[in-house]
Amino acid sequence: MTAAALPHDSASAHEEHHTSLPVNNRKLAIWTFIGSECMFFASLITTFVIYRDSHATGPGPKDVLGVPLVTSGTAVLLFSSFFVVMALNGAQQGNRKKLLTWLSLTVLCGLFFAGMQVYEFTHFVRDGMGYTTNLFATSFFTLTGFHGTHVAIGTLWLATLLKDAWKGRIPPEKSLNLEIAALYWHFVDVVWIIIFPVVYLMSLGHK
Amino acid sequence: MSDTVAVVHDSHDIPHATGSKYVQIACILFVLTALEVLLYEVCFGHLSGSSFSASLAPHFVSVLLILSAMKFWFVAMFYMHLKFDIKILSWLFGFSLMIASVVILALFVLFTYNRTLWWWNGAWH
Repeated sequence: MTAAALPHDSASAHEEHHTSLPVNNRKLAIWTFIGSECMFFASLITTFVIYRDSHATGPGPKDVLGVPLVTSGTAVLLFSSFFVVMALNGAQQGNRKKLLTWLSLTVLCGLFFAGMQVYEFTHFVRDGMGYTTNLFATSFFTLTGFHGTHVAIGTLWLATLLKDAWKGRIPPEKSLNLEIAALYWHFVDVVWIIIFPVVYLMSLGHK
Repeated sequence: MSDTVAVVHDSHDIPHATGSKYVQIACILFVLTALEVLLYEVCFGHLSGSSFSASLAPHFVSVLLILSAMKFWFVAMFYMHLKFDIKILSWLFGFSLMIASVVILALFVLFTYNRTLWWWNGAWH
């Protein structure tokens, strides 16, 4: 699209940055960011797998990790991905009630998951597993801690969008704002889809 | 294609799935997660001890990875809309995953090499 074809007088002209690619710049940017995050989490997950059995001092995976609580957290995170696509669906249809309802549920799920992780970490520390206790603990806290930070950032991001939606600032033509946040949120979910079996189930089943 | 269309997003008129499709995917994801936990329970948890558990245990990791890959695919394709978006985004994500795989492989090779080199007595798993 040539510069002359852009609408200079509308407010949307300041938001839409077109390129020669048939995709919005911001959407391309979030996908590029997600790509870089793939490499980041790949190295963290691999480091954990390598150091999983390095617990000569302090507790190991079978002493501290448990399945029930984390399974509930996993289910909540999976449902939150469903909730946020429903919210996006509502935003694209201009259905404000649907948008507010599903987005509120997504934020609640994010808060639940973050709370679950804080609770889990607190228990681990009480059980004698601090950040520097052994290599297993360090790699575990680094991996799940970074993921938890991503969840917290995503929850905050979605909460700000919920505030915007509440004030009616996400009409259908601005649903891309929510779509970009939703892509980030889905990525956080996808990372947990890998972390849950690799860190919890495989570590507990590992001999 | 009755499950697509109806909803357009941003300025490029690309159809996404409808609510009913999202519900179907959510159910599939929930079932797959339940299967993962069930697999763990059968192999090593409260349901272990039977001959079926013993025969399933050697395949625990591979089955778990397949289930996870399926969940990953469903979320990326439908919830992240890769199935409906332009192909360049799929290529971008695929390329990133390929580099991530190389990073994983490189780290394993590096650590295996170092352990073999420096810790002769330590069996590394």
